[in-house]
Amino acid sequence: MRAIIRFAAWVYAIAIYGFIFLPVVVLVLFSLQATSFPIPPFTGPSLRWYQAVLTDARLTSALVNSLLVAVLSSLASVTLGFLSAWGFARFVLPGSALLRGLITLPLTVSYLIIGMGLLVLFNWAGVPKSLLAAGIGHVVINLPLCFAIIYSQMGDHQINIERAARDLGAAEWKVLLMITVPVMAPAIFAGFFLSMTFSWDEFVISFLLTRFETTLPVEIWNLLRSGLNPKTNAVGSLVFAVSIVLVVFFELTLLRRKPA
Amino acid sequence: MNAPLVDIRNVSHRFGQLAVLKNVSLAIEPGSYTILLGPSGSGKTTLLSILGGFVTPSEGKVFIRGVDCTAVPPAKRPTTTVFQDYALFPHMSVGGNVGFGLRMQGVDGATRAAKARDALSLVGLAPAFDKKPHQLSGGQRQRVALARALVIEPAVLLLDEPLGALDLKLRRQMQDELKAIQKRVGTAFIHVTHDQEEAMALADHCVVMNDGHIEDEGPPERVYARPATRFSATFMGESTILSGTVAEAKSGIVTASTPVGPVSLPGASPAGAHVALAIRPEHLILGEATGDVALGTAKVGDVVFQGSFKRVLAASTLDPELQFIAKAPASATVGAGDTIAVSCNPQDIILLAD
Repeated sequence: MRAIIRFAAWVYAIAIYGFIFLPVVVLVLFSLQATSFPIPPFTGPSLRWYQAVLTDARLTSALVNSLLVAVLSSLASVTLGFLSAWGFARFVLPGSALLRGLITLPLTVSYLIIGMGLLVLFNWAGVPKSLLAAGIGHVVINLPLCFAIIYSQMGDHQINIERAARDLGAAEWKVLLMITVPVMAPAIFAGFFLSMTFSWDEFVISFLLTRFETTLPVEIWNLLRSGLNPKTNAVGSLVFAVSIVLVVFFELTLLRRKPA
Repeated sequence: MNAPLVDIRNVSHRFGQLAVLKNVSLAIEPGSYTILLGPSGSGKTTLLSILGGFVTPSEGKVFIRGVDCTAVPPAKRPTTTVFQDYALFPHMSVGGNVGFGLRMQGVDGATRAAKARDALSLVGLAPAFDKKPHQLSGGQRQRVALARALVIEPAVLLLDEPLGALDLKLRRQMQDELKAIQKRVGTAFIHVTHDQEEAMALADHCVVMNDGHIEDEGPPERVYARPATRFSATFMGESTILSGTVAEAKSGIVTASTPVGPVSLPGASPAGAHVALAIRPEHLILGEATGDVALGTAKVGDVVFQGSFKRVLAASTLDPELQFIAKAPASATVGAGDTIAVSCNPQDIILLAD
């Protein structure tokens, strides 16, 4: 009886991991296909479709655009998120709990709604569809995330450390740059890498807010419209690989923290 | 006449509705070691925060070296603080921590390192220069915090329960070192504690605080021998307290009626006044009544052997509410349940207004 339960548990575990990872495995596997269709039987391995991706000017410029938008929007998100977290943690503000709730609210709103809202707003304000507009959209979705991560790590212990710096003659901006930022570095990096991850493969907002120059997920969508092709598998695998790297960085910075 | 180094004038502070300091005035002399002693909630830490500039008092003024510093921020006043949790910068080396204050003053790197090394050798930690704070023990972190605060040569060093987080043995050892360092650098130290032994061992000037005001202040010997108030008599060391009413007062001798009978002692309180008579444990005489003032008999409740002496708690037979706290020699044969005579000498009784 016990053996049956153990067997069933194993089957269940394999089924659930298969359910989660099989699509990715299939995607990566058929990106190595040697022939022109990403369907069984597997004819690879071959790197010809990766070569095709890297020689495709549209895809490579979209890749550069994506990286640019991810890095810059994440920098803006983490900076603004840090400053608001610091403000909420160190000063008594009227309606602090309500304002904190409001700042994290975009986390619960769908990207589609945020994207549409920005589209209407930018239209009205005369901001053209562009990478900048998409970047601003990414700040809207990632700032609350950075805020939440950094705010959760700002403890009372750091208050005395900041006080000590002030006591020794540091001006407020020096306290912030020389003490608070280095002490909060793990949370700041974690926020940065998580923002990068989300911005990197974000589709809806980029799709709505860009036109000629666009990001990689939108370009992949364009590619998919002309049918399945191992090239889409190859570029999808590249996107996935970059995401994995970013998530690993995120985990490392947040989990590997030195004792104070 | 020399102006005091620090002059606290009529300072009051409220947190919301709660008055934590009530019209406190205090003068600190240059080069002195001042202890603010009191139970938690007595306002001693708030007073220290006001001196450090972390709290601006609701009323009153603080002068340091004759300059009004009441609303001057911590960065701009000549005080530094050693925090209870040390508050070292975890991402900087020990040398970086100690040199931080000098760096803020724009001192160049080489001078900074030299001065930081000097300060670290002052506290006996020169070899730790390149270590990180998390590699040090609690006592060592304490010393780094001390060196960091002293290196910029403040007019006053503020210590917020600096020994509170250390174990007893280390605490006594650091206590001796603190005193030695203070004598060597000559900076005025103001040290907050609730430990009366620490206060007696360290202070040149002991300030006993309770409920937002100063109960008593002066040299610790005087505060111990002649406490000014009933609180001071029981917080700075233990005392047996006899409540009474003055029955007769003439030519410098007061006779008070107490639960254990009339007690005469030197003093000057008007007849009819309510008084408290405090007697230190070492002044109570147990057994055959050899003291000039008989205090009746008492039933011994508890005898605690403390090494060099025995601490005896005994309830008066005349008034079981009255607890005698006495110190008996280690060789004394007194045991729980014994009934013994208690007496003392009139000059050892401290007369307090009640």
